[in-house]
Amino acid sequence: MKRHLPLGLLVLAIIGVQLLTRATDTAFYLTPLTMTAYYSLVIVGLCLLMGYAGQISLGHAGFFAIGGYLSAMLTTKNLVPFKDNSLISLCDELGLLVHGQDMFGSAFTHVQPWAACVCAVLVTIVVAYAIGIPVLKLKGHYLAMATLGFGIIVYRLALAFPLFGEADGISDVPGFPILPGLAVSGDFSSRVSNYYLAWGMVALAVWLLVNLIHSRVGRALKAIHGAEGAANATGINTSRYKLNTFVLSAVLASIAGIFLTHYNGGIGPSEAGIMKSVRYVAIVAIGGMANLWGALTMGALLNIMSLRGMFGSYDDAVFGAILIVIMLFAPQGLLGISLPAAFKRILRRGE
Amino acid sequence: MLLEINNLSRRFGGLQAVSDASFSVSQGMIKAVIGPNGAGKTTLFNLISGTLPPSSGAIHFKGQPIHGLPPWRIARLGMARTYQNIKLYPGMTALENVMVGRHCRSRAGFISGMLSLPWTKKEENASRAVAMELLALLDIADLAEVEATSLAFGQQRAVEFARALAMEPELLLLDEPAAGLNIYETAEVARLITKINGQGITVLLVEHDMSLVMDISHEIAVLSFGEKIAEGTPAEIQHNKEVIRIYLGEDDA
Repeated sequence: MKRHLPLGLLVLAIIGVQLLTRATDTAFYLTPLTMTAYYSLVIVGLCLLMGYAGQISLGHAGFFAIGGYLSAMLTTKNLVPFKDNSLISLCDELGLLVHGQDMFGSAFTHVQPWAACVCAVLVTIVVAYAIGIPVLKLKGHYLAMATLGFGIIVYRLALAFPLFGEADGISDVPGFPILPGLAVSGDFSSRVSNYYLAWGMVALAVWLLVNLIHSRVGRALKAIHGAEGAANATGINTSRYKLNTFVLSAVLASIAGIFLTHYNGGIGPSEAGIMKSVRYVAIVAIGGMANLWGALTMGALLNIMSLRGMFGSYDDAVFGAILIVIMLFAPQGLLGISLPAAFKRILRRGE
Repeated sequence: MLLEINNLSRRFGGLQAVSDASFSVSQGMIKAVIGPNGAGKTTLFNLISGTLPPSSGAIHFKGQPIHGLPPWRIARLGMARTYQNIKLYPGMTALENVMVGRHCRSRAGFISGMLSLPWTKKEENASRAVAMELLALLDIADLAEVEATSLAFGQQRAVEFARALAMEPELLLLDEPAAGLNIYETAEVARLITKINGQGITVLLVEHDMSLVMDISHEIAVLSFGEKIAEGTPAEIQHNKEVIRIYLGEDDA
């Protein structure tokens, strides 16, 4: 039960913040707060991979982009010219397509958001396995560089294809109906419900991951992190556990990409960029690597500040600097270290 | 035969660490491998447990070829090991370390672990109970919640021992179980190995402490420069001229 106490606090904080914005008439904060929730999904997944399984990924913006771009492309591409294609008509019969009109009144057919979402997640799983199987044989810097390479490829593909809108990205992405009367969209009227929906997903993801960390699998991951050879000799299929964790964190990133894209009504290549991947890694590091709650707290704080424009044009530089400072002075993360000791260390280094 | 090793060799570049070694371990015995430093004993253990692939030769465990299998598969067939340089998992308590040993005897996966299903909780409690029993057997139950790598040397050894036992192995490989222990602790280890063996676990150990080896082993194999030079009961080994020569040196030295 003890391990679910922070989850209760998270739920209280979610409700408390919403009530606070209502009381202080600052509901405009709900938009960056909702976006932060989706970024938090990426961060908790990456935290599991880095902090518990001990594997780094500098390509998680790539998985976020695969989810976001595929979902955006499928729900905005007009399929009317292809309606005689046998695959398209099969999809239509299965009820996977939505028929409507565009703003000029012409016929407009696109893939239903749920179908697009499932498709995007499936593609993410396939890509994550295809990348993970060869790449997770590497360790340390080599793994970092290989995942970085993957991130660069996704970024360049997003920029290169007219289908993905090249430098403009994809806009006019429709809302994502979750339940009747509840859709993920940037509509002003559904701001509060979207806030709760997004943070509800975070709470669900955290609940699942906390359970996982305290299970047989979590113990196996920590064992792999600490002494991989000994873990293997204890009967743990280390490569499969690393791979499954990689895919799980990729799926979380992809789901975050899908929902944020529907919320924002579009996605651009900057979401696939290397600096986004660096930002995720920096946040997990500042949260304390193997500290889900630390990563979540620091992630929420920094993302809000970033989305509110507090870092100005130094946005990316701030996250780069955070990574350097954390690695130098507090590799265990900012939460959980004693500040006086940290200052002493800094002073000693200065001598 | 529980374990059969045939013409096993391993080269590291120009060094022949294990050379054409053959021996077997029958069910229920305590067998020791001895030899001077650098004789290839630890390499032999790494070959048997799958950490290293052999250059040539064959290893059969329970009649099944295991050379070339990854360590986790060999572990799941019922082989556990300890290390000369203790390898515990940092950042985990003694109890958690031993519970990792239950991995191959439990089955909760990613999905069931995330959902924390009722049966996984039951399995988790069962794993914890077995691990606590083993810590009690090794007299370190009071240290269950202490981070394993912060324990004293002898206690770390005990945790590693408990982790291996948690796997319910048929064959237990012990790499220098008495290294770094004092005379009383060594006697305790000897008592423990005999007790475990009495419960039906076959033991293969590498050890430098001759009195321990001579006291508890049923059979001894002697390695020198990677080659097996003698094999037999403790009494036979004590009187083997070749063994005396490699341990005490040449007559004219």
